[in-house]
Amino acid sequence: MTAPLTGLDPGVIDPGAVEDLISSDASLRRFLHGLPGVDQVGVEARSAALATRSVKTTAKARAIDLAVRMIDLTTLEGADTPGKVRSLCAKARRPDPADPTTPQVAAVCVYPDLVPVAVEALDGSPVQVASVATAFPAGRAALPVKLADTADAVAAGAHEVDMVIDRGAFLSGRYLHVYDEIRAVKDVCAGAHLKVILETGELATYDNVRRASWLAMLAGGDFIKTSTGKVSPAATLPVTLVMLEAVRDYREATGRQVGVKPAGGIRTTKDALRHLVQVGETAGEDWLDPRWFRLGASSLLNDLLMQRAKAASGRYSGPDYVSLD
Amino acid sequence: MTGSSSGSGTSRALGYAPAPESRSVVDIAPSYGLFIDGEFTEPADGGTFKTVNPATEEVLCEVSEAGAGDVDRAVRAARRAYERTWSRLPGSERAKYLFRIARILQERAREFAVLETLDNGKPIKESRDVDVPLSAAWFFYYAGWADKLRHATGGLPAHPLGVVGQVIPWNFPLMMLAWKVAPALACGNTVVLKPAETTPLTALLFADVCRQAELPPGVVNIVTGAGETGRAVAGHPGVDKIAFTGSTEVGKAIARQVAGTGKPVTLELGGKAANIVFDDAAVDQAVEGVVSGIFFNQGHVCCAGSRLLVQESVHEEVLAALRRRLTTLRLGDPMDKNTDIGAINSAGQLARVRELADAGEAEGAQRWSPACELPGQGYWFPPTVFTGVSQAHRIAREEIFGPVLSVLTFRTAEEAVEKANNTPYGLSAGVWTEKGSRALWTAARLRAGVVWTNTYNRFDPASPFGGYKESGYGREGGRHGLDAYLAPDGPDRRGHLGSGTGPGPGAVLEDFR
Repeated sequence: MTAPLTGLDPGVIDPGAVEDLISSDASLRRFLHGLPGVDQVGVEARSAALATRSVKTTAKARAIDLAVRMIDLTTLEGADTPGKVRSLCAKARRPDPADPTTPQVAAVCVYPDLVPVAVEALDGSPVQVASVATAFPAGRAALPVKLADTADAVAAGAHEVDMVIDRGAFLSGRYLHVYDEIRAVKDVCAGAHLKVILETGELATYDNVRRASWLAMLAGGDFIKTSTGKVSPAATLPVTLVMLEAVRDYREATGRQVGVKPAGGIRTTKDALRHLVQVGETAGEDWLDPRWFRLGASSLLNDLLMQRAKAASGRYSGPDYVSLD
Repeated sequence: MTGSSSGSGTSRALGYAPAPESRSVVDIAPSYGLFIDGEFTEPADGGTFKTVNPATEEVLCEVSEAGAGDVDRAVRAARRAYERTWSRLPGSERAKYLFRIARILQERAREFAVLETLDNGKPIKESRDVDVPLSAAWFFYYAGWADKLRHATGGLPAHPLGVVGQVIPWNFPLMMLAWKVAPALACGNTVVLKPAETTPLTALLFADVCRQAELPPGVVNIVTGAGETGRAVAGHPGVDKIAFTGSTEVGKAIARQVAGTGKPVTLELGGKAANIVFDDAAVDQAVEGVVSGIFFNQGHVCCAGSRLLVQESVHEEVLAALRRRLTTLRLGDPMDKNTDIGAINSAGQLARVRELADAGEAEGAQRWSPACELPGQGYWFPPTVFTGVSQAHRIAREEIFGPVLSVLTFRTAEEAVEKANNTPYGLSAGVWTEKGSRALWTAARLRAGVVWTNTYNRFDPASPFGGYKESGYGREGGRHGLDAYLAPDGPDRRGHLGSGTGPGPGAVLEDFR
């Protein structure tokens, strides 16, 4: 590495410096392990403190609508059917048929083979179609298979691709391999937005979450995403906090803004609002926009709708008053 | 900096609407007497003073001012309770009362939190999440010791001291009461407590808790008043021990006052703690710790990390991260659940903070505060950071006891230790590094009673707390905290063995028999 490059260096990373970084596993390792550490106790305490923020009345109403607009409404089951995807798309376009002021969600997220169904069902709406790819969720396939999977989704009309990193390679220190895979997938994505799933539940430490975040950003990811939803724990507040610090520092260092998507385990309005509080107080208001922050979820939407209806009517309805996905 | 009182939020997109805690959970009487011998009584000379809400300058109520005669009544009541009941109870019985008090504090936590915030000006989230839970924890912890005291003295026989005079400060009114009262009672002493004149209300509510717990009359007596009342407590010949937390100036006066009387004294005084950030620290968490180190409780903390010593190689980035973090602090209505910085406790304290901050500027340090709108009423001071501070500046030497941070740099670990120790105080310090060996090396060389590593302002009843040098002597908390309230068996300070004002045979702690 020639140029000094640390997480908090002001100014823009010199492209030449990135070339040096990716010259070997060792040089990438020197950089990633040179990032400031994350103190586990401290980050969890900060997250817990932010979770006590009280978001009420008008602020809560605004936050609920923002959360709805940030949702990647997701179904990723082996048993998914075209009918289920069409139903989900109808819900994405019009989350609450009883209240036309309800905003639309950001995207619908499905497996690649169901992308055509979603594209058709969402035709003419601003709701994006996101597809998981790269042998989701384990990522255990050869690179050509992953690239074909991605190309398939993009060809079918996916606007966004959610890829998984090779956690085995990352944990064994083969950072260059992970970097190259992300780059290759990014190339196949063409114009589609690339979200890089770190699967933080398998990364063991917050230090690794920070390193994986930087690796994914350096490799060109448009978003960094916590989890597939298939591994527990999925999106936790402290993990999202570490990733928000990473995108904040990365923009400071490079000038490029990267989005964050916690996914999996966010089921209640309270969970969602706690994530939004962290976004506002860590990365800042620039990220409080569906372009830069998404919530990967399915059941969350119904809870937000029930809270939204409660705010309007003063009464809680019940699960029978929102549609099942 | 965001004024939560204005209702604007951390950001345009989200924002927090006002979220005030309800004031109606607590009843404040128009006036309070002195709590002596289990009853509220009028002061002999009828003196009163007012206590105000520092966030609004609203008068909350009138409080009695105890004169020398009132203090004498309180000490006599405490003596009677000591000799007739409290010192004769087995430890397991004393424990029952302490456990009961702890549980009542938990049950009435919301009431205490609201009252503390109204009277002190601290944010409700701090009184709710720190002051009140820790106060209950202190009673639980020392309740557990009450029947195990032989393990605190290594099996040597010991006895309680008798009547203990306790004078506490305004920064953590209920918590300081708990730190003092819980170990004193656990060891079999009785108490005459004087709360600070600007924050007497939670102590008076605690009197109600004592009655609710059916604590025998006279075991805890609460005499409100200012400096004169405190002097009367410390100087009373019937008081067997003085425990004081507050300023170094008053601590010295108390030490002079009781010199030659043989009364044991413990003093927990001021501080000018260094928070040392090494270049390999976890930056985000270190900044968080620096912020809570100095801005927690508006910096009204004797162990506040008021000097930031940052390694010069990361000076710029730590400062940038610190400034960025300070812009998200929310100053305003202490009753709002989202407020981070509340009001300065009194006009007098505000004047002192202003005077020292102005001195910092006059001496050539650079002053910075986030854009910050202060409420029009009440006593307020914005979070303030001074850079370019040298060891010679007053703001690096004197305790400000407000939300003012002085930033200094260092090059080597040796220099950090030298600068950290170069103060008349020695209460606490912080070390931030990811390297264990460096943390241990540094901590071993810091002359401070408490050294936090990769955290700050953490308190636990099991951990002793106290200072070196002008930060005082004696330890509170943990097993060490019992030493201040027990004496080894043998002649007492009056030369008596057993009877008279010293502990009689019945007063020997049952556990030592």
